[in-house]
Amino acid sequence: MSLVAALGALEIGLVYGLVAIGVFISFRVLNFPDLTVDGSFPLGAAVAAAGILGGIDPFSATLLAVAAGGLAGLVTAFLNIRFGILHLLASILTMTALYSINLRIMGSPNLAIIMEPTVISPFELFGLSGGTIKPIFGFVVVVGAGALVAWYLLTDSGLGMRAAGANPRMARAQGVPTAAMTYFGMALSNALVAFGGALFAQMNGFADITMGTGTIVVGLAAVIAGEAILRPKGIVMAIVACILGSVLYRFAVQFALNAEFIGMNPGDLNLLTAVLVTIALILPGARNPVKALMKKRGSGAPS
Amino acid sequence: MIRLERGRVVFSAGTPLENVALADIDLEIPRGQFVSVIGSNGAGKSTLLNALSGEAPLAGGRVLIDQTDVTTWPASKRAQLVSRVFQDPMLGTCEGLTIEENLAIAAARGGARRPTLALGRGRRAEFREQLAQLGLGLENRLGDRMGLLSGGQRQAVSLLMATLRPAKILLLDEHTAALDPRMSDFVLNLTHRLVEQQQLTTLMVTHSMRQALDFGSRTVMLHEGKIALDVAGAERAALGVDDLVDRFARVRDESLDSDALLLS
Ligand SMILES: Nc1ncnc2c1ncn2[C@@H]1O[C@H](COP(=O)(O)OP(=O)(O)O)[C@@H](O)[C@H]1O
Ligand SMILES: [Mg+2]
Repeated sequence: MSLVAALGALEIGLVYGLVAIGVFISFRVLNFPDLTVDGSFPLGAAVAAAGILGGIDPFSATLLAVAAGGLAGLVTAFLNIRFGILHLLASILTMTALYSINLRIMGSPNLAIIMEPTVISPFELFGLSGGTIKPIFGFVVVVGAGALVAWYLLTDSGLGMRAAGANPRMARAQGVPTAAMTYFGMALSNALVAFGGALFAQMNGFADITMGTGTIVVGLAAVIAGEAILRPKGIVMAIVACILGSVLYRFAVQFALNAEFIGMNPGDLNLLTAVLVTIALILPGARNPVKALMKKRGSGAPS
Repeated sequence: MIRLERGRVVFSAGTPLENVALADIDLEIPRGQFVSVIGSNGAGKSTLLNALSGEAPLAGGRVLIDQTDVTTWPASKRAQLVSRVFQDPMLGTCEGLTIEENLAIAAARGGARRPTLALGRGRRAEFREQLAQLGLGLENRLGDRMGLLSGGQRQAVSLLMATLRPAKILLLDEHTAALDPRMSDFVLNLTHRLVEQQQLTTLMVTHSMRQALDFGSRTVMLHEGKIALDVAGAERAALGVDDLVDRFARVRDESLDSDALLLS
C-alpha cells in the first residue's frame, strides 16, 4: 500500500470515526437501532456543500450541517416516542424522506466543491500538503469529539442517558426522563454523523446523493471491529474502540482494493462490508449490536 | 404523608378484556408509618404501588404527597418524592454499568442531572461507606459491573439506591420474593435497619403473612382491587398468622360466593 493510499485510508477512517461514535450512541447507549444515519450522513454533506457554494463560510456551513443532522435524529425519535412507531421503521421513514430533502438541498444529484474554501483551507497555509493535513485535521476533530462524548457519558446527565437505554424502567424510577434522554441522544448521534458527512464532503471536494448508502453498516463494522480488538470495559475505551475500529476497517478495505489477486473494485465494497459484518455477528461470543434490531422493547414508553 | 383518593386503575379499558385492577381505593399513610400489604395473585398490589409511583396512570381519583397533588406527574418526576425497589433484582439496577455508576444514578434522584462528572472523590467515599454497611465486601468492588453480582447482592444494592436520597415514601414490591431464604432474610433485615435509621414512610408488599405481621405497624389486605382488610394497633397485635390466613380465606370465599350468586 502506497503512502498516499495509507494516508487516504487514515483520513477516511478518522472521518468515519464520527459515524462510528454516532452509531455507538444510538445502538449501544440508547438501545435504539437507528438507520437514520444513511440519510443524515449525506444530509451533512449536502448542507455543508450547498452552504459553501451559497457563499456561507465553511465553519458556519459545517455547523449548519451538524444542526441539520441533530434535527433528523429528533424526527426519528419523535416518530418512535410520540407515535410508538418501531425504532427501525421510524428511522427508515426519516432516512427515506431525507433522500428527497438532500436532493432539494443540493438541487442536483451531486455538487463539486473542490475549488471552494473548506474548513481545512486555513490550515493549508502551514505548508503541509493536503494529503498530510487532512489526516491530522481528521484526527484532531474525531479525538476532540470523542473526548467530549466520553466525558458527557460519564456525567450525571450522561449516566441518566445510559440508564434510559439500558433499563428504562429503572431509569424512570430513579427520576430520569427517559423520553427526553432519547431525544437528546438521537440528536447527538445524528449530529455527529452529519458532522462526519460535512467533513467528508469538504475533504473529498464533493457531495453526492448516493454517498449515504451503507453508512450504517460501515458504522456498525467499525463499532464491532473496535470492540473485538480492544474489548473495552469503560466508556472511554469504548469510544477509543469506535475510532480505532473505523480506521482499521478502512485499512482493511484499502488493502482488499489494492490487492490485485482479489480483483475487487470499489463497487464491491458494500457487499464486502455486509459480509464482514455478518460474519462478525455470527461468530460466537461476539457482543452484537444488531441483536438490538430483533428486540421490540420501546424506549418510548411514558416517562 | 401520602394519600390515594378514590384511586382507580383500569387495564384494557373499553375492550371485552377490561380489567379494573384498582377499584376506587382510599388509602392514607401518615409520615413514618410502615405498612405491609398482602393479597392473592392479581389482587392489585403491584398496581397500587405503580399508581403511587406514577407508572400506572389513574383512570380516576388522585394522589397527594404532603398536600401536593402529583396525579399528573410522570414517574420520572415523582421519583423526587417516591423511591422503590422492584421484585426482580435485574430491574432495579443496570447490569452493564458499574456498581458506582448505578449508585451515582441513584444519588442524582431528586436533584438536577447536570453535565458534571458523576464520580468524584466525595461520591466514591460516600458510596464506599454506604456499601460497607451491607457487610458484603462490595465497598472494594466499586468498579465492578453490576452484572457480576448475585441476585441477592443486586437487590441489596437496589435497596441502598432507593434509600440513598430522601423520599416521602419507599415502595417495596415483594423485593425478597426472588431470593433464596438466606439472602431474603438478609435483605429483610437490611430493610428493617434502613427504615428505622431514616424513619422512612414505607409500603411493603409481601407474599408472607409472617412478614406482614412482623414488619411495620399496619397491615392492608387487597382483594380484587379493593381493600379487604386494614388493621393496626391492638387489633393487629392480637392477630396471629393463623388468624390472618383465616381472614384471607374468608375474604376469598365471600367473593367466590358472590360470584356463585351471580352465576346462578
Ligand atoms: N400491564 C398490565 N396490563 C394488563 N393488565 C394488567 C397489567 N398489570 C396488571 N394487570 C392486571 O391487573 C390485575 C392486578 O395485577 P397486579 O397489581 O400485578 O397484582 P398483584 O401484584 O397483586 O399480583 C391483574 O388482574 C393483572 O392481570
Ligand atoms: Mg405483584
